[in-house]
Amino acid sequence: MSTETKDLQYDSNDITGFSKERQEPQWFTDIRLKGLELTGQLPMPKPEKTRIIGWNFTQFEHKADSRTFDSLEDLPVHIKQLVGQDDESGNVLIQHNGHGAYQVLSEELKAKGVIFTDLQTALKEHGDLVEKYYFSKAGKIDKHRLTALHAALVNSGTFLYIPKNVVIDVPLQTVYWQENPKVGFINHVIVVAEEGSSVTYVENYLSEEADGEGVANIISEVYVGDNAQVQFGAVDNFSKNVTVYVNRQGHVGRNGKLEWALGQMNDGNTISENLTELVGEASIADTKAVSVGRGDQKQSFVNNNQHYGKHSESMMLIHGVQKDSANSIFNGITKIEHGGTKSSGDQTQRVLMLSDKARGDANPILLIDEDDVIAGHAASVGRIDPVQLYYLMSRGISKKEAERLVIHGFLAPVVNQLPIEGVKKQLVEVIERKVQ
Amino acid sequence: MSAPNLKIDNLHVSIEDKKIVKGFDLEINGGEIHAVMGPNGTGKSTLASALMGHPKYEITEGNVAFNGEDLLEMEVDERARAGLFLAMQYPSEVSGVTNADFLRTAINGRRGEGNEIPLMKFIKQLDKKMDLLDIDQEFAQRYLNEGFSGGEKKRNEILQLMMIEPKIAILDEIDSGLDIDALKVVAKGVNEMRSEDFGCLIITHYQRLLNYITPDKVHVMMQGRIVKSGGPELAERLEAEGYDWIKEELGIEDETIEA
Ligand SMILES: Nc1ncnc2c1ncn2[C@@H]1O[C@H](COP(=O)(O)OP(=O)(O)OP(=O)(O)O)[C@@H](O)[C@H]1O
Ligand SMILES: [Mg+2]
Repeated sequence: MSTETKDLQYDSNDITGFSKERQEPQWFTDIRLKGLELTGQLPMPKPEKTRIIGWNFTQFEHKADSRTFDSLEDLPVHIKQLVGQDDESGNVLIQHNGHGAYQVLSEELKAKGVIFTDLQTALKEHGDLVEKYYFSKAGKIDKHRLTALHAALVNSGTFLYIPKNVVIDVPLQTVYWQENPKVGFINHVIVVAEEGSSVTYVENYLSEEADGEGVANIISEVYVGDNAQVQFGAVDNFSKNVTVYVNRQGHVGRNGKLEWALGQMNDGNTISENLTELVGEASIADTKAVSVGRGDQKQSFVNNNQHYGKHSESMMLIHGVQKDSANSIFNGITKIEHGGTKSSGDQTQRVLMLSDKARGDANPILLIDEDDVIAGHAASVGRIDPVQLYYLMSRGISKKEAERLVIHGFLAPVVNQLPIEGVKKQLVEVIERKVQ
Repeated sequence: MSAPNLKIDNLHVSIEDKKIVKGFDLEINGGEIHAVMGPNGTGKSTLASALMGHPKYEITEGNVAFNGEDLLEMEVDERARAGLFLAMQYPSEVSGVTNADFLRTAINGRRGEGNEIPLMKFIKQLDKKMDLLDIDQEFAQRYLNEGFSGGEKKRNEILQLMMIEPKIAILDEIDSGLDIDALKVVAKGVNEMRSEDFGCLIITHYQRLLNYITPDKVHVMMQGRIVKSGGPELAERLEAEGYDWIKEELGIEDETIEA
C-alpha cells in the first residue's frame, strides 16, 4: 500500500541550526535529530477507511513572523473574546504564529509553584522538568512518520505543571492564533498534574482564512498523577486550507481522573487520535468529543480508552454531524488489558447525517483481555428524527430553527462541559456557522 | 379580533394506505370545550395528529378551516403560529435542548423577528406558570422531556399550552398516567386558559378529568367518526355503562376502524 508523501525539505544541519537559534538544551536537539532520522524510515499513519494520499503534511514554511502584545486590548476582538473574564480570568497564554505573545499567570499560582508557559521558555527555565515528560509515557516519537516529523520540527508548545496537592479552581487557558496558516504549526503540549492536584485546562486553536496550504501537527501529553484530576477542554478551529494531525494522549494514575471535552471544528482534512491510558487502580477517563464535517472535508477520529489498572472506569461519548459531501470515520476503541479486573468501559458514538452525499461511519471496537469486566457500546448513524421535528414545529418553531435546535442539542455535551464562557460561546458560534 | 373557530368537515385520514378517520365532522368555537371519547383504536389520536400536520398522516378527503383559513394547506409550524396547539399523547424527547430554551424559541417563533419576548419577562412568566402547575424549577433547565416520567411529560405539555397561549388546543389523553393530584393541577391549568378567546378539544377515556373541566359537548368516536354527541351527562353514562349500549342503539358490531 502506498502512503508516499512529498519529501521533507530539511536536513540535520537545518534542524541543529534551528535548535541552536532557539537556545534549546542538547537533549532536545538530540530528540529532534532522532525525529528527523525516523521521519525518513517510518510509514505514514494508516487511518482506517480514510485515504490520506495527497494530503499535505510535510510542505510548509517553518519559520513565521510573530508579534507580542502588551495588553489584551491590543488583540483583535475575535481573539480577545475567547479569553476568560471575571471569575474565569487571570491565567492565559496567547501564542501568535507559534510564539508566546501574551501571558498572565496569577501571583498566587506562581507562589504555589505552578508553571504555565510556552515550550521555548519552559525549555530554558525548567529544562529538567520538561525532559522528564517530553515524549515520555504519553507520547511516542516512533508511532509513525507524523510523530517523528513532529519531534524533528516542533516550533510551538505549552508547558503546564501543577505541583503536588495544588488545587486550582479557575481555568487555565491557551489560545493559539495562526495568522499565517501557511506556516507549519508543530505544537507540543504537556500538562502535568502531580499527585493530589487538580486543574482545568482549555485550549483554542484557530487559524485565519488565507491563500496557500498549511499544516498543523499537534501532540498533547497529559499526565494525571495519583488522586489528581484534569479537565481538558479544547476547541479546534483550523481553516479549510490547513491539514491537521492532532494526537492527544493521557496517562492516568491511581484514583486519578481525566476528562476530555473536545470540540473538533476544523474545516480541513483532519486525523485525530485520542488515547487515554488508565494505568492506576480505580483511575477514570471521561472522553467527550463533538465534530462537524462540511464541504468535501475528510476526517478520521480515533478515540481510545485503554484499561490497565484494576477497577478502572471509562466513558466515551462521540457525536458527529456530517453535511454536504463531508466524510468522517469514527473509531471508538475500549481496550481492557489482562489484569484490569473489575474495570468498566462504556462508549457511545452517534453520527447525524444532514445530507445524502455525506458519509459517516461509527465503529465500536471492544478489545477485552479480562473476564471480570463490564463493557458496553452503542453506535448509530442516522438523520434527524422527523417526529422530533414535527413536535418542535407543532409549537410554532420553523423547520430550519427546529433543525438548528436538534443539532445544537446533539453537540451540547461538549459545549456544556467547557468552563470558560467565551470559549463556550465561540464553539456555539462555530457550530452555527458550520451547520447553517 | 374575532373568536377562534375550527371547522372540520367530512375529514378522512389514512396512514400507510390504511383508512383510519372516515368522515369526521366537528366545529369548535372560542369559549367552548368539547370532549371526544371512544374505545381504543377508533382514530382519536389520528384525528389529532392529522389536524396538527403529522408527516405520516395523509388526508384523503374533507376540509378543515381554522379561523376561515384552509388549515390543511399550512405547514405544521404555520398551524401552530395561527393558534393551534396539540398536547400529544406521546411527546418527543429532545436531548441537549433545555425546556426553557425550547419554550423561548417557540414563543419567539410566534411573536416574530424583532418582537422577541424580553428575557426577564419570559423568566417571570415561566416561574409563575411552573408554580401554578407544581413543576419544580429545575425542570426549566432539564432537557426537553428527556427522562421525564409519564406524568411529568403531561404536565410539561400543559406548561407549554399555558406559555404559548394558543387559540384552539387539542389535548390527547392529557390525563393518562396522572395521579389524582396531578390531574387536579392539569385541570387547573386548562381552566385558567378558559375564555371566549380559547377553544378546546379534550380526548379522554375517563369521566374523571371532566369532573374538573366541565365540557360543553361530549362526542363519542367509533369507526373513525363521531357516532353520538351529547352534553356532560353522556360522559357520565359512558363511565357507568361503557360503550355497549351505544353500539346496540346504533347497530354497530365492530367499533374499530377495521369496520
Ligand atoms: N403509524 C401507524 N401505522 C399503522 N397503523 C397505525 C399507525 N398509527 C395508528 N395506526 C392505527 O390506527 C388506528 C387508530 O389509532 P389511534 O391512535 O388514532 O387510536 P386512538 O383512538 O387514539 O386509540 P387510543 O384510545 O388507544 O389512544 C389503530 O388501529 C392503530 O393501530
Ligand atoms: Mg390515542
